[in-house]
Amino acid sequence: MRAPAAGAWWNDRRVRAILYQIVFLAALVFGVWLLVDNTIVNLRERGLRSGFDFLRSRSGIPISESIIDWDPDDTFGRAYLVGILNTLRVGAIGIVLATILGTIVGIARLSSNWLVSKLASVYVESFRNVPLLLQLIFLYALVGAVLPEQLNPIVFGGGFFLSKSGLMFPLLKLETAHYVAAGVFLASIAATVIYNRWAKRRQDATGVSPPRLFPSLGILILPALLAFLAFGAPAEFDAATKTRFRFIGGGSIGPEFLTVLVGLVLYTASFIAEIVRSGILAVSYGQTEAAAALGLTRGRTLRLVLLPQALRVIIPPMTSQYLNLVKNSSLALVAGYPDVVAIEMMTMNQTSRALEAVLLIMAVYLTISLSISLAMNLYNKRIALKER
Amino acid sequence: MKKLAIAAATAVAAVLAAGPALAGKDLDTIKKRGSLICGVNTGLAGFSIADSQGRWTGIDVDVCRAIAAAIFGDANKVQFKPTSAQQRFTALQSGEIDVLSRNTTWTLTRDSAQGMVFTGITFYDGQGFMVPKKLGVKSAKELDGAEICVQSGTTTELNLTDFLKANKLSKAKAIVFEKIEEAVAAFFSGRCQAYTTDASGLASTRSKDAKNPDDYVILPELISKEPLGPSIRRGDEDLFAIVKWVLFAMVEAEEYGVDRANVDQMKSSPNPGIKRLLGVDEKNDMGKLLGLKADWAYQIVKQVGNYGDIYERSVGPKTPLKLERGLNALWSKGGLQYAPPVR
Repeated sequence: MRAPAAGAWWNDRRVRAILYQIVFLAALVFGVWLLVDNTIVNLRERGLRSGFDFLRSRSGIPISESIIDWDPDDTFGRAYLVGILNTLRVGAIGIVLATILGTIVGIARLSSNWLVSKLASVYVESFRNVPLLLQLIFLYALVGAVLPEQLNPIVFGGGFFLSKSGLMFPLLKLETAHYVAAGVFLASIAATVIYNRWAKRRQDATGVSPPRLFPSLGILILPALLAFLAFGAPAEFDAATKTRFRFIGGGSIGPEFLTVLVGLVLYTASFIAEIVRSGILAVSYGQTEAAAALGLTRGRTLRLVLLPQALRVIIPPMTSQYLNLVKNSSLALVAGYPDVVAIEMMTMNQTSRALEAVLLIMAVYLTISLSISLAMNLYNKRIALKER
Repeated sequence: MKKLAIAAATAVAAVLAAGPALAGKDLDTIKKRGSLICGVNTGLAGFSIADSQGRWTGIDVDVCRAIAAAIFGDANKVQFKPTSAQQRFTALQSGEIDVLSRNTTWTLTRDSAQGMVFTGITFYDGQGFMVPKKLGVKSAKELDGAEICVQSGTTTELNLTDFLKANKLSKAKAIVFEKIEEAVAAFFSGRCQAYTTDASGLASTRSKDAKNPDDYVILPELISKEPLGPSIRRGDEDLFAIVKWVLFAMVEAEEYGVDRANVDQMKSSPNPGIKRLLGVDEKNDMGKLLGLKADWAYQIVKQVGNYGDIYERSVGPKTPLKLERGLNALWSKGGLQYAPPVR
């Protein structure tokens, strides 16, 4: 050990470290200031107005698909909301479907059946290696070419039609009975959870496992069904009818939404499949053998031994796939789906507030992405190896 | 390392943002550069479209060439930048292009709040509808319940919603696309039962993209006024004057009967108006007043043509677009094209 040499203060490593940080911070602040100041000066010089007041003015723009009511008389602010909801819709449904499909394909790739595993490999390799933008353009063109004309749709019966205008389906006319049944159903979910907790405690205490599946299903379905019947079981549907140009009425899912959803799901699922496969392969075969030695059934081996360990490997990369799916939904505008990007691009063009519109878009993606990360991190913490 | 990268990126961004603000007048920039950068359409037959050899043709493109001919005496000193409807204003505002000549409608909002000024009207247009003939639609007012393909980022979508509201066509539905190609492809694939854009654009699309142009009809109603013309950034009066008078000179040349074929003979015409226009009379140098050479208008007509020349070869009755002069005829022939005197 050498005593610290007494020297000039600028030779002190700690002082230097602090100094570097101060210099860096100053440069950063100056850089940001320069950027902001220049922007403001430039905008003023060109006679461009800025600010977010346009959100309160009448938009006049058409939006083809919206979850909430939309009228061109509504404001740009409401258009923004419509866009956010459309992005969330395709993102949320996309994440669920991609997870299901990806898991199935991932397991299929490990299958001992030659055909199944090869088919899964071909799927993964082809979708993973072609840019999503091209897939979306191709899919949309395909939809336009394959689906029949509006007045000659494919009829599935029961009020379901498929044509170039998308999928039409009958909508239930909502009455009191439906709201009551839905309320009872929610209560039943809570009751099911409580029942299963009780069953688990009982198993821990006595070693006898009470039946779970049928009682759970019973609790879930029966009360809601009874409530529905008690209120007279109204079931009137609003279905599409033929007009001069196309079928109108009931509910509909546009081909634009379908294209974007299918495109995002197929693309993301190919990545998720690989993540699931690697997660399962990461659990050593000894675990399976050990479970078998304990007399666990195949299903229980998977559920109680393999999955909990595989999930630890799967969840972190899965989070980034979810983030990718949501961010990739911004490509929706090539298929004419009015997501938040498409709508803000329109807004930008009508109001010429480019900076503001882009900031609004970024805020949406940042919020959604951080929320997904947070949720997944919480879940990850729950399933992570508990170190004691 | 990551922090360093961020700092570097910030610095670069700052310098980039500083560029346009420190630049001098737009005209000086253009002269120093030695060429004009012109924002045009990515592909609209008759207005601006590039052929397989990369040669641009159309009214909007020729306007750019005329401006270059006036400034440099050489119509080829133009760089064409294809812009989408959504990019075009940002491209102009940011200084990426000098002139926007891209079938753009002159409106109050654009002329006031968007940092740009329009310099004139090169084409009087109006928005119309195109439908497949087999639907048997005779009027746009029959379109209730139809799906209508439209390109976003334009006055077109606003006119459409106004028209649907005014005529209570509440069941009609607009399907909005970012690019004109996407909207057109969707219409011809049968996604929509109608397509709407400026009437000239409909004619252009029908001639270029339809498998059989006769299967489609353009409905008689024009639902809007669409005066199309070039625009520049605010703040350069000299450039504004030049672009404005280039357009007037092309119209005035047609009024005097000076066209591309006879411009050299016309140089010896005794008509003082023609002499003034072509810069033959040294005591009456119009070019100097604009900061240009005396033969500025001669170069325009010689290298590009007068307004009629450009119209006829781009969209006229002999082209696939088959558009009559209509509103775009000279004022003396029942149209709206009128130029203040070059004097």
